[in-house]
Amino acid sequence: MEKAYLELKALSVGYNNKPVVKDIDFQIKKGEVITLIGPNGAGKSTILKSLARQLGTLSGKVLFQGKDLNCYTGKELAEKLSVVFTQRHDPELMTCFEVAALGRYPYTGRLGILGEKDREKVLQALSQTHALDIADREFSRISDGQRQRVLLARAICQEPEVMILDEPTSFLDIKFKLELLGILRKMARERGITVILSLHEIDLAMKISDRILCVKGEYIFSQGTPEEIFKEETIRELYEVKAGNFDPLFGSLELQKTLGKPEVFVISSSGKGIPVYRALSRRQIPFACGILYTNDLDYQGAKSLAVQVVTEKPFCRITEENFEQAKDLIDGCKRVVNAGVEIGEINGRLLELIAYAKERGKLDE
Amino acid sequence: MTKTVFEKNCKMNTLRYLMVFALLTALLIAAVMISVNTGNVDISPGKLCHILFFKEGSVDELNIVWKIRLPRIIMAGLLGGALALSGFLLQTFFENPIAGPFVLGISSGAKMAVALVMVIFLKCFSRVSSWTLILAAFCGALFVTGFILAVSKVMKNMAALLVAGIMVGYICSAVTDFVVTFAADSDIVNLHGWSQGSFSGMNWANVKVAGIVVIISLFLAFLMSKPIGAFALGEDHAASVGVNVKRFRVLLILLSSVLSAVVTAFAGPISFVGIAVPFLVKSLLGTSKPLMVIPGTFLLGGVFCLFCDLAARMAFAPTELKISTVTSFVGAPIVIFMLIRRQRRRG
Repeated sequence: MEKAYLELKALSVGYNNKPVVKDIDFQIKKGEVITLIGPNGAGKSTILKSLARQLGTLSGKVLFQGKDLNCYTGKELAEKLSVVFTQRHDPELMTCFEVAALGRYPYTGRLGILGEKDREKVLQALSQTHALDIADREFSRISDGQRQRVLLARAICQEPEVMILDEPTSFLDIKFKLELLGILRKMARERGITVILSLHEIDLAMKISDRILCVKGEYIFSQGTPEEIFKEETIRELYEVKAGNFDPLFGSLELQKTLGKPEVFVISSSGKGIPVYRALSRRQIPFACGILYTNDLDYQGAKSLAVQVVTEKPFCRITEENFEQAKDLIDGCKRVVNAGVEIGEINGRLLELIAYAKERGKLDE
Repeated sequence: MTKTVFEKNCKMNTLRYLMVFALLTALLIAAVMISVNTGNVDISPGKLCHILFFKEGSVDELNIVWKIRLPRIIMAGLLGGALALSGFLLQTFFENPIAGPFVLGISSGAKMAVALVMVIFLKCFSRVSSWTLILAAFCGALFVTGFILAVSKVMKNMAALLVAGIMVGYICSAVTDFVVTFAADSDIVNLHGWSQGSFSGMNWANVKVAGIVVIISLFLAFLMSKPIGAFALGEDHAASVGVNVKRFRVLLILLSSVLSAVVTAFAGPISFVGIAVPFLVKSLLGTSKPLMVIPGTFLLGGVFCLFCDLAARMAFAPTELKISTVTSFVGAPIVIFMLIRRQRRRG
């Protein structure tokens, strides 16, 4: 078996001798992207702080390249591990370049004067995080998103083998969230840097991580690859979401469905129904859908949001039974919405359904 | 922004640093010249040069310049620098720009210790050495700092910390006043002048002792500029880049205590220099790079105290003002201005 690069052995972490998370056993390979997910206050930050040695561990140990983490000197560790924490600091009169350049600390001399090579690396890191254009600006006067870029550049120019980031995406807009995760991903793949981070956005976690650690309560709730973790039940249980639905296919969360007798019947296919479902949900109108093939894009959304869904097996003709059921539902509804359907050789009966609705004067196109 | 533009801006910054240091040096030279040339006895500039460079002139004039004015000037420069630097180190330690030896009560603690030791030693041995006084001041400073640290463990709030500091300061001052009130008549003259804060009555022996301590401390502080820089993003960050935070903190406290102890032992408590000067230097330099700010603070502290001492001596001559009267008068408005500006920036 491949030797573990970073190994957490029966690790308990917490504050003032009170454990927050107990008995963590986890092995991390070089170049992996590991994401911690879990509800607020579950102990994600506590674990990260302990890994960065900012917090003493309560019991168990962390082996880094086969050596106990506590045996490293500050400088040794600084050359191998860098950290991006969310704690806010407002250093006065420091330019973004100067803040980023603090990452060169382990490599500069007694007085910390930057050499040509150091400056080069800082500038490189700043351009990697798209922060070169603010290099000269005062750090305390830039936006939160820009700050995060500069702090990330700081961590990058520290040239670590392991990077630890605590919720790096908070305060960021969607564009930079994706950029940031892209940068991390690239560093992991191209330079073999091991990235350990915590995220709130489980959809992003699913996309960036090699493996995921779910933190909840006193123990690790579950761990594994995104495919293993992102099942509807796991996520629902992890976050204790009763009021809502997690869609494992798209990694998206939907609000709780509006229950009651369906008032609207939606006919759609190929994803055209989803905006209609959302619009109805927002207005708290209970609705039914049909007839959907179970491999249709609309199917997951319908299942999460509609009170009742009439479904048909993929690539089959619509059966009489399903057709009658849909007609019954239409009879019970006040309106029928045709969000747009693709008609092919086998689903022609949908047209009949639309015509049926039209006859009864219930159809909205 | 392209890299070349950035490089150009860096050069501009370097130019700015050079200009600021040139200005400070010029001010220092000017302050020394004016101070030597000013006093209750008028000595013409020509004569003064003779006295300074060739040690020629009447005995009285030689004595005035060499035994009174010069030691006083050098002490004002050295101790002013020390005081400002001590303020800067405390600000780093508490991560707050309004920390300083005076507001945190550290100067008063040192003052109390010195007053007690002075009275006891004068009574028992009828003399007391500079080193003893420095040691006493250092213990007093450390004692108060320890107390402030203990308070800061309980109360993270900076305002509470300042109030605690100011209160300790009052207690120490009260004890000092008590001691001064009941001291023997012969001590009182000495003690009274000193406990008010003044650069008068310095001699070359004082200069030597203070010089050694201050220059060594300045050198050590300068060597610490790298970790001080890393501290700008907080303790956790400093630790994550390899700073031994515990050792660093201890060193910081020891250095700032030594510096404020030396000042208090020789000149008594002097207010606001520790807060105002680092702020002015940072604003002048446009950076908080410790590598620049530490020497800058020391220089400007010296210049600041030289001019304040000049004002104390000359404004209402022959009556001499307390040095703190002048430093407060100039320093306090600067501090208020600084607070308002910070608040505005935070917006």
